[in-house]
Amino acid sequence: MASIDLRNVSVAFPIYDASSRSLKKSLLPGTTGGRIGVGADHVSIVKALDDVTLSLRHGDRVGLVGHNGAGKTTLLRVLAGIYEPGAGAVEVQGHVAPLFDIALGMDPEATGYDNIFLRGLFLGLTRKQVRARVDEIAEFTELGDFLNLPIRTYSAGMRMRLAFAVSTSIEPDILLLDEGIGAGDAAFLEKANRRLAEFTDKAGIIVLASHSEGLIKTMCKSAVLFERGQVIAVGQTSHILEVYRDRSHK
Amino acid sequence: MSSFPLAAQLRAGLTAHSFLRAVSDIWSGWQRYTLWGTMGFQDIRQRYRRSVIGPFWLTISMGIMVGALGFLYGTIFKQEMHDYLPYLCAGFVIWGLISNLVLEGTGAFIVGEGLIKQLAAPLSVHVYRVAWSNLIIFFHNIWIFFIVALWYGKNPGWVVLLSIPALVVVVINGVWMGLLFGLLSARFRDIPQIVASVVQVMFFVTPIIWRPDMLPGRAFILDLNPFYYLVQLIRAPLLGHVPDARIWFGVLLITVAGWGVALLFYTVYRWRLAYWV
Repeated sequence: MASIDLRNVSVAFPIYDASSRSLKKSLLPGTTGGRIGVGADHVSIVKALDDVTLSLRHGDRVGLVGHNGAGKTTLLRVLAGIYEPGAGAVEVQGHVAPLFDIALGMDPEATGYDNIFLRGLFLGLTRKQVRARVDEIAEFTELGDFLNLPIRTYSAGMRMRLAFAVSTSIEPDILLLDEGIGAGDAAFLEKANRRLAEFTDKAGIIVLASHSEGLIKTMCKSAVLFERGQVIAVGQTSHILEVYRDRSHK
Repeated sequence: MSSFPLAAQLRAGLTAHSFLRAVSDIWSGWQRYTLWGTMGFQDIRQRYRRSVIGPFWLTISMGIMVGALGFLYGTIFKQEMHDYLPYLCAGFVIWGLISNLVLEGTGAFIVGEGLIKQLAAPLSVHVYRVAWSNLIIFFHNIWIFFIVALWYGKNPGWVVLLSIPALVVVVINGVWMGLLFGLLSARFRDIPQIVASVVQVMFFVTPIIWRPDMLPGRAFILDLNPFYYLVQLIRAPLLGHVPDARIWFGVLLITVAGWGVALLFYTVYRWRLAYWV
């Protein structure tokens, strides 16, 4: 059973290459971005997540909404186990498959098949397991002979197909999506959405961070509104989107 | 956030719990050998993609280098070629391995940034990848030594087999170097530059193109030079000698001390790596 529990999680980034002197000593007010503070040793500190408590259960499809830099991507990375928070506790049960910026983590010179292997191995599969799935993955991508060409010849949408096919083929319990699967064409999006629907039927958790209201509305039952690293509201998708709109126009 | 975050983290982070997590990262990273094995191979394949003879350029360029340097320095130092060339060749190839373990170790996590921020895998995977790809390069280069030894009719005898455990020990040292220098370099981006210039100097300070017996008296240059111990551990058996006990002892000391320091830093700062890269 998949479950996610966050208790009082805080994440702060030290920014070493920013000129600290150009930043005001006090916390900067503003709705965009996290809180920027200055540590005593003149390192700028961005509070990307501030005291976040959140609990998700199997079957949940949650949308994360908020301004750029509100902490959505950071939260996804905490859930993926990439960032260990500076304070608070994270408990994630189940196999997590992150599907973030697709351009990263692929070798542009290697062929599609090579990248299927690499990504599969990275997601925790053995060589044998990847080999067993490679046909199914290839079929899902519909890339055909392109899989024998280096990835650098692919379009963004083709890369997306590949990354999505591999990440969902490992049958994860928890799927983390950043900005959805926007680069695919209509036919692929439909196919991908079917797969995601199947996936949530099997009691997985989907967490989707996006600026697209339409995407959040179609994919998520509930939503969480972030502002400057803090959870402002949790609830029904339509309600949260309303709150978000109201706060943006203030 | 305290006034000195690094010092504060050192105090807060040095717990049995984080030590166990660091060790389990190193261990589970090792178990993902298919992953870093594939990545290491791909690093080399990528470098020589679309080249006709591919990674054998490594062998050829090493051969040209050793040949040219060998005749130049052999003449300058008035050495017998049949002794000097195998000596230089072995030293040069081993130096290539050790120096690249250090140099690429500093970039282990920086290069892996994209993957570190994408997928949660044990971070030590990136260090094993560096160690593995350099071991592959070493296996391409060492042929030059065997060709030279054969040419001059040098037969090291069964002692040569001792170079295999020696190689393993050196690579084990390469892993702590990657963990430690990779970690420090991710945080302080000047460290790769500092390490690079130190390594460059060490090439001339370590007996590779010259022999220890050319040095008047046994100077501290040898005794305090960790690279000397590591190079000599593999080179001696290749040339048909058993390494001295003090070489073994020196390497043991380097291994234990190095892993100790690397584990300390890895325990405290490993979780910060994703933030630093």
